[in-house]
Order: sequence, then C-alpha cells, then structure tokens
Amino acid sequence: MALFLLFNHGFNVPALISLTINGDCRQFETPLTCAGVIAALGLTGKRVALECNGEIIPRSALDAHTLADGDRIEIVVAVGGG
Amino acid sequence: MTPHENLDPLLIGGQAFASRLLVGTGKYKDFAETRAAVEASGSQIITVAIRRTNIGQNPNEPSLLDAIPPSKYTLLPNTAGCYTADDAVRTLRLARELLDGHTLVKLEVLGDPKTLYPNVVETIAAAKTLVKDGFKVMVYTSDDPIIAKQLEEIGCVAVMPLASLIGSGMGILNPWNLQIIIENAKVPVVVDAGVGTASDAAIAMELGCDAVLMNTAIATAGDPVLMASAMKKAVEAGREAWRAGRMPKKLYSASPSSPTTGMIGKA
Repeated sequence: MALFLLFNHGFNVPALISLTINGDCRQFETPLTCAGVIAALGLTGKRVALECNGEIIPRSALDAHTLADGDRIEIVVAVGGG
Repeated sequence: MTPHENLDPLLIGGQAFASRLLVGTGKYKDFAETRAAVEASGSQIITVAIRRTNIGQNPNEPSLLDAIPPSKYTLLPNTAGCYTADDAVRTLRLARELLDGHTLVKLEVLGDPKTLYPNVVETIAAAKTLVKDGFKVMVYTSDDPIIAKQLEEIGCVAVMPLASLIGSGMGILNPWNLQIIIENAKVPVVVDAGVGTASDAAIAMELGCDAVLMNTAIATAGDPVLMASAMKKAVEAGREAWRAGRMPKKLYSASPSSPTTGMIGKA
C-alpha cells in the first residue's frame, strides 16, 4: 500500500518550479504560462508589462509563453512619478 | 482654452498640445489629490514612473491609471531612479509594452542619489539607443548648451534642461545658459526640475522656453490643487509675455505714461 501511494504520488502530483518574480522567489505548479502567473498573482485584467529573463513578453504572447524552473520575471505597472 | 492658445500650440514629436505645462504624479497624498491637481493644472502631458507591481501583498491597491487614464492624457513614462543607460532603455521598453506601443518618453539618467544631477554620458548613450529603437525621446539634462545640442542632434524630440536640482524648488539658477540653449535649439526646450513657485514658471516661459515640467512644486505645496492652478496661469502668462515682447529695461524713464501737456494751473 505504501509503495502504491509513493508510486501514485510521483505520477499525479504536478511538478513544482521556482520562479523569481520581482525579486521574490515563489513556487508554482507546472505547466505554467506567463498568463498563468499573472492570474495566480491576482493581476488578470490589470495593466501590467512582463519581462522574462530580460526579454519583454508582449501581451499577445502571454498565453503561449511557457515558464521554466529558474526563470526570472519582472512585472511592472505605472506609478506616480515626475 | 483661449483663442491665443489655439494659435500657439506646443509641438512635440509631431503632436500638438494646447497646454505648455507638463506635470508629474509623484508625492501626492492619494490618487484623488493627484487627479484634482492634474485637472487644475490643465496639463495634457503627465509623467509616470515604472515600478514593480505588488505581487499579492496588497491585492486591492488602486491603480494610478484609473485616476489618470491614458485615454484622456498623454502619459510620459520616465526613467526616474535609473543610473545607467541600460536600465533606462530597459525601463522604457517595458513602458512601451505597458502603454500599448506608446513611444513618447522622458529619459533621465541620474548621476548621484544625493543631487539627482543627470549623468550626461549615460544619458547620451541611452538617447542614441532609444531614438534608433523608434522612441520619441524628451530628455532631461543639465543646463549645458553643448550637451543640449548634442541630444537634439541625436534625434531627441525635446531637450529638458534643469532650472535647479530635482525637487529643490530653488528656481532658475542659470537663466543665461537656458537662453543659450533656447537660442540654439530647433526642438522644444522644456525646463524640467527646480521650479519652486509660480514666478519661477513664468520666468522660464518669459525666457522663451517652450514648456515647463514640474512635480514637487505642486505636490508638496500647502494646497497642491491651488498651486496647480497658479502654475497653469503662470505658464500661460509667461508665454504670452514672451510672445508680446517685453519693453526694454531702462534705469530712468524719459517718457511718462501720462500726457505732458494740458496741466492745470499753467499760464
């Protein structure tokens, strides 16, 4: 039984990846897209721009761009400034 | 809008603006105050900064762009806080994505956190990259006429020399340099930084500047909304005075304003 559970565990629990988002390390279940991260952070529908490993991911590509373990994400907004 | 303003628009990067006052959105108490001050200023070009969003720490945080919607204003994303050309370029590429391909930007590359004085070497490097990349660059710089001219030749759409240090409210410290910059420039000259009160803005416009950009003078005034209104009038008054052409300064006046004839009690 214990062996079965271990076996089951290995196959059914999604793998976790670590992402650094705005300097903060967080774990997510895979598969994960940029749009998925935005949703997981509660930012869907908000005006943000996203950079992955220094490359801007255009809004039109957020759904298609899949993230990998270790990716470094920056998500920015407009704030008050001179 | 008065008929005068209609006849005298500010042209930046092919776009016409009735207002010659550009304002920032930093240092306000809340977004309601930001919005009220921006409205009172009559400004159409509004600067914003680009920063990391909160990632769930503060889920219901209000958004600046709800107070200052891009549909109503021309937003001018800045590179405040950037100390290298690379950081500034990266920031403005993110801004372009954030604002749906918007290319009119304010470039500022700082040299020192104490004075916030511009690093003109990094500024020039960033300006070259951004212009090549299709940005319309309004560039914050020192009041060095040679650097201002170089930035224009690189292709910046406006040069924005400081009046005095950012946030200092010290007013125009070197009107002579500003005059040289204005005289040489073929693109708009916008005094950016250092204005403290309405008379500073009026003097900048009377010198022949095309516009004035300010944030702290309004946001940290006792009554920011009233100061925004004062600045609007000062910029308009200064512009009209410059267009009208001031009388020459004379130590004595040999021509009284009232008639010299018809005085009573004369023979």
